[in-house]
Amino acid sequence: MDGDVLLQAIASGLLIGMVYALISVGLTLIFGLMEIVNFAHGEFLMLAMYAAFFGRSLLGLDPMLSMPATVGLLFLLGVLTYRGLISRILHAPMLAQIFATFGLGLFLRGLAQFFWSSDFRSVQDPFLAGLSGGNVNVGAVSLGVPQIAAACLAGLAFLALYLFIDRSRTGLALQAVAEDRATASLMGINSDRMFALGWGLGAACVGIAGAVLATFYYIYPSVGVVFALIAFITVALGGFGSVPGALVAGLLVGLVEVVSPTLFGFSPAYKYAVVFGFYLVVVLVRPQGLFGRF
Amino acid sequence: MLLEVSRLSAAYAGVPALHDVSFGVGEGQIVALVGANGAGKTTTLRTISGLLHPVRGQIAFRGQRLDGQPAHRIAELGIAHVPEGRRLFSRLTVRQNLLVGAHGKRARASENEAMERVLTMFPRLRERADQRAGTLSGGEQQMVAIARGLMLRPVLLMLDEPSLGIAPKLVDEIFTTIRAIAREGTTILLVEQNVRESLELADHAYVLQTGSTIADGTGAEILASDLIRRAYLGI
Repeated sequence: MDGDVLLQAIASGLLIGMVYALISVGLTLIFGLMEIVNFAHGEFLMLAMYAAFFGRSLLGLDPMLSMPATVGLLFLLGVLTYRGLISRILHAPMLAQIFATFGLGLFLRGLAQFFWSSDFRSVQDPFLAGLSGGNVNVGAVSLGVPQIAAACLAGLAFLALYLFIDRSRTGLALQAVAEDRATASLMGINSDRMFALGWGLGAACVGIAGAVLATFYYIYPSVGVVFALIAFITVALGGFGSVPGALVAGLLVGLVEVVSPTLFGFSPAYKYAVVFGFYLVVVLVRPQGLFGRF
Repeated sequence: MLLEVSRLSAAYAGVPALHDVSFGVGEGQIVALVGANGAGKTTTLRTISGLLHPVRGQIAFRGQRLDGQPAHRIAELGIAHVPEGRRLFSRLTVRQNLLVGAHGKRARASENEAMERVLTMFPRLRERADQRAGTLSGGEQQMVAIARGLMLRPVLLMLDEPSLGIAPKLVDEIFTTIRAIAREGTTILLVEQNVRESLELADHAYVLQTGSTIADGTGAEILASDLIRRAYLGI
């Protein structure tokens, strides 16, 4: 097989892997904090993509320009979800928690269908797609500008998140609450506020991912489903609750998805079968995930 | 009285744990709560710090009612609770644990002085500052737990079994430290299975039995009382 083709696949895989990682980190952040899986995560992504779409079609703003607003809206959505729904089922049985977020996801998807129809939409003339003809060539490898931008933004978001969690006072308080909320409360930490912040941050990560994905992906009410599914296996692969795990696992999933069809010469239509197969093998060997604590 | 607990009742999931606990802690005192296992000592501390809400009774701190308030707000009033079993944030470093201890608004302003003070008090923690708390020995973990409590700049420091599971030679060091903290003006409420040591240390002590306070006196009086020693303390 041609070395250049493989190199191309690896580069593309890593770029999309960064986006998967960014979507997954929101999920893992919330789980690490309170052991609740947000099954509406994909719908948060869908709403972020629609925000980018309507920013363009109604206000004439490029998704890159409207991104701060998209991220802010998603942060708010996360906080509201916590305050309005999650805080009420914090001590409920796990099944109730699953159904609550799963139901929220279905509701949001239905709402999007009702108001915006199930048509496939795309952002008109995104700025990134026009930049340098939309492609950058490095040797024989050609990469899309929007994909490169998405990966870079995801990298920056990861760095910011890491510094926030590890260095800031609030980040340390988040970690303290994640480990032992009762003891954290003895230090004057209000765990309820930390949970709301965790949901806000988790959703904000999806906001960034949604804004960049909107520049090169179709937007429709169930667009979040496949991304959420990938995010779930990424989180399980990286280890539930682990931020570095989400990064490594996201890159791995991206690589497996793009490289395996190239390497083994089957149709890309089967790429998810390989991704999920890979996931099954990993969890059989290491059920707690690569960086898992559980 | 700095802290006044009157006729306190508390329960765990409907199972009564305290039914009639009354005692007071004066400003600048070391007060010990003693009694057999299961007498309600830990539960009393947990109820004061707001981890458990009382069923009946009152807790007043500087005249202000604490009962029913959430733990994080009680901490902001200057009550530090160093819980039984230390409960460090094991994935955080020693320094990060201490910083978390100063999270409250009240403590934040004097965070650097508080850090310097506790690192001078426990020089070993300075050496271990960047080590994960979970990797320390039991004695060192107890030092972190007490230091983390002091980072709050407490008016009242509540210590639950600070000598439990610690090497005997470190126990003396812990008691010496408690004495030093008290001398610097922090009021201390101490729960200890090490009855003799804590009674020697305490200005005043209360004896708990099955969820009620049944006797009190100076540390020396309780130590001297044969009845109490034999009946409740097993010494």
